[in-house]
Amino acid sequence: MKKFSYILLVFVALSLVSFTGCGYNKLQMQEEEVFKAYGDLESALQRRADLIPNLVATVKGYAAHEKQTLQAVIEARAKATSVQLSPKDLSNPEKIAKFQAAQGELSSALARLMVVIERYPNLKADAHFTDLMHQLEGTENRINVARQRYNQAVKEFNSSIRIFPYNITNSLLLHLERKEYFKAEEGAKEAPKVSFE
Amino acid sequence: MRWVTAICMACAIFSGVFAREDIPPLKAHVNDYADMLSETVEAEIEAKLTQLEKEDSTQVVVATVPSIGNEDIESYSIRLAEKWKIGQKGLDNGVIILVARDNRKVRIEVGRGLEETLTDLLAGRIIDYIIIPEFKNGDYDAGIAKAVDAIIDIVKGKFDASSLKPQKSAPDYGAFFLIAIIILSFLGSLGPLKSGIIGAIVLPIIGALFGFGFSALVILLCIGFFAGIMATLLAHSGGGYSGGGFSSGGGFSSGGFSGGGGSFGGGGSSGSW
Repeated sequence: MKKFSYILLVFVALSLVSFTGCGYNKLQMQEEEVFKAYGDLESALQRRADLIPNLVATVKGYAAHEKQTLQAVIEARAKATSVQLSPKDLSNPEKIAKFQAAQGELSSALARLMVVIERYPNLKADAHFTDLMHQLEGTENRINVARQRYNQAVKEFNSSIRIFPYNITNSLLLHLERKEYFKAEEGAKEAPKVSFE
Repeated sequence: MRWVTAICMACAIFSGVFAREDIPPLKAHVNDYADMLSETVEAEIEAKLTQLEKEDSTQVVVATVPSIGNEDIESYSIRLAEKWKIGQKGLDNGVIILVARDNRKVRIEVGRGLEETLTDLLAGRIIDYIIIPEFKNGDYDAGIAKAVDAIIDIVKGKFDASSLKPQKSAPDYGAFFLIAIIILSFLGSLGPLKSGIIGAIVLPIIGALFGFGFSALVILLCIGFFAGIMATLLAHSGGGYSGGGFSSGGGFSSGGFSGGGGSFGGGGSSGSW
């Protein structure tokens, strides 16, 4: 009887080792990290979209006949907000590409607007406009930070599901899918910079 | 020959792109690495910010660096914020005023918990209307001191130090391993299974006394079991059991100023003068 309880204890200890070592918990925690990082990125992008109507209205006051550029921004915003991703879609390269294209279009429309604004010194001197620019710059920076952190979380998750023994846990039990990265947008970094010299 | 030059140039360009200035260590509330502030002003600001932290737990720090190379101030600033971890953990109430002297750039980096209070807009106004005009006159003392005052005005009362939970200090790993090893070395005289089980019971109990988390205790249970068995095997094989191989990972705070573990999401504003 005594021997039996010893063996039972050994068994419990061993199963605890294999349970913490197989990554069943770790993989799910890491996937959750990816979702959380995506949530942050999504809210930063939403924040940018929310600022745009205000920005367009302010620019209109000074540069009403730049209709085409302003219209392009409004349309790009509408398109960007209509393409949504659910956490499930993060493993879907096509949907990610579509989402990124829409956000990238908005970035480049904004970049063109900034070029136009350079021609209106009165607008650049407007206090309301400088305020808006601070908010827009802050938002762009948040998007960058959120994207970097999302990619970091994805990198950790993607490598975890490939290494032994987590890959076995994943293929047998969890069936979690690889997540896609968000690439930095070309030229998006410079987009909203306007100098007030 | 021509493409040796080409490779050299490519290397130079790439190293230029990827070279990032190192982040200096956090010393105090005022970290004047670029030597832009006079000593009296530095002491004044330090006193104000220490007071603020004492009352509100909100951490505001000033950092001046000679140069950030050709990195964006936003990206340098977030690296610095991630390293210094200004603000209390969970509250994320940290603010960093960063000045890059030779780049003539300044940034106010705002922790997540203060983004609603010290908005990008307010941070931008502090830079535009307070810091930059003074800096343009070359009066760095006034620029920083007034900016600090403005930030204190904005964030004051937002958090309360007394609402902070008493900080749980990190477990003392060094002492823990010492005790664990002493106990394990006594187990050698018992049979392997017995000592394994005693190890599996005793180690988590000691761990719990040292305030380890649950998952750490589970791992300790397993370690204790195997270490107990190992201890008997070593004792029986006649080899002296030495408890080497463990070293405490440091982690003792020197009692000086340190960041509270706050996190940053890129909020704030930048400007140049």
